[in-house]
Amino acid sequence: MKLVPCPVNGLRPLQEFHFGGEVRDMPDGEAVSDAEWADYVFHRRGEGAVKREWWYHVPSGVWFIAERDNRTDEFVRSYLYEENGDG
Amino acid sequence: MPHRLLKFALSPDYPESRMFRAPPRLGDRYDVVIIGGGGHGLAAAYYLARDYGITNVAVLEKDYIGAGGTGRNTAIVRSNYLTPEGAAFYQTSLELFQDLSRDLDYNLFYSERGHFTLAHSPASLRTQRWRAEVNKHLGIDSRVVTPDFIKECVPELDLSCGGHQAPIYGALYHPPGAIARHDAVAWAYARGADERGVEIHQNVSVTDIDVRDGQVVGVQTDQGYIATNKVLSAVAGWTTSITEMVDLRTPLVIYPLQALVSEPLKPFLNHIVVSASLHLYVSQSTRGELVGGASLDPYELISMRSTLDFAEGLAGHMLDLFPCWSQVNVVRQWGGLCDMTPDFSPIMGTTPIEGFYIDAGWGTWGFKATPVSGLTMAHTVATDADHPLIRPFHLQRFSNFQLVGEKGAASVGH
Repeated sequence: MKLVPCPVNGLRPLQEFHFGGEVRDMPDGEAVSDAEWADYVFHRRGEGAVKREWWYHVPSGVWFIAERDNRTDEFVRSYLYEENGDG
Repeated sequence: MPHRLLKFALSPDYPESRMFRAPPRLGDRYDVVIIGGGGHGLAAAYYLARDYGITNVAVLEKDYIGAGGTGRNTAIVRSNYLTPEGAAFYQTSLELFQDLSRDLDYNLFYSERGHFTLAHSPASLRTQRWRAEVNKHLGIDSRVVTPDFIKECVPELDLSCGGHQAPIYGALYHPPGAIARHDAVAWAYARGADERGVEIHQNVSVTDIDVRDGQVVGVQTDQGYIATNKVLSAVAGWTTSITEMVDLRTPLVIYPLQALVSEPLKPFLNHIVVSASLHLYVSQSTRGELVGGASLDPYELISMRSTLDFAEGLAGHMLDLFPCWSQVNVVRQWGGLCDMTPDFSPIMGTTPIEGFYIDAGWGTWGFKATPVSGLTMAHTVATDADHPLIRPFHLQRFSNFQLVGEKGAASVGH
């Protein structure tokens, strides 16, 4: 069974989580061009790397950030958004 | 075929020659380099040689032929898609498939079974009716059928799902739905391309693509540099590692999709049975194995590992539909990579980089598109103009907001 490290609840089974995709900065929709906005909306960094991702622990309602290698499926660390203010 | 068999029987040479040559080393220059020796790449090579006379072509495969998505799918061919763009494209592919064994002179075990998509609620049945009407309008053989009809075709199916799941209200039925021997499709295209002069290089990895002034000039591999002005990327689940080499932004994210087969059983299941609510599709192969697949894994991963969670989940849902399979053993399970697009349609055609062509975004729907992808990508590479059938699938659609929302795609939640 795959275990996911939740910063609040510790190691919990994968079935309790929802995956929220890579953490990305949203540009100011009013300030960017259509092309830049489309790039933000659709394009992703799909290649293999250690990425910062949003994860949600469903039973406790906690959204948090996990750093995970999407080639080996290893979680490096996880923390709450507030604990790492650079978002 | 009988003629070939007779010739073979009378020939003093044994065994028959190999399906394709193993060229001793890479050449210095090719007119076209195709990255990826799966069904799509090999089909493109075949049609480039057959239809356009372009034979100075190298297909580079980092593993063995058909090691990726080609040999990992559940081998289903159908065309009951929902968008006019998708339906026209997959219908062309299905028609090519119907004649492909003869065209390639190789038995692909293409077997028309009839394809059921079960509805477990009135709402789901309404969606099936919508699909059937769209399909009929587009000239595709597809209709909604009653539970009685399903039971007559698949008597082993428990329409009540044992009370564990919502019962079956009806289904979308697509008579031309078929299965084929997927690895044979890759081999047959490889042989056809090889006979016409295409070189197939296995165990060659592309490490970089050389782009100068926005034009492809070469490919760096782990076995040397190749000069070329045209590169076709046909690597599906590995696409993001190739687009990274040429700094091309795409919406692709990679998710694993898992499947399994049972021990071989006496043939009894004539049809392909799909349940979107239970995330399950199953058919019986020509060898008698039950071949089953589920939905995508719940998070991104570029790894072909498989999990017990998947096998347990799928087996449970299989038993909801077919309780009589409770003593059947699973003998093999595996995972494959799906390069998912946000609209469940592929990404095909030319790119902003001159000489770099992309055949990607094959998510969970790539095998059935093998012949038509080869045909249309060969046209695109040879003429440097997108084939009309694939224009809606251009990468450009994610810059001008013209998505092709394909809700008829397999094993995706919607």
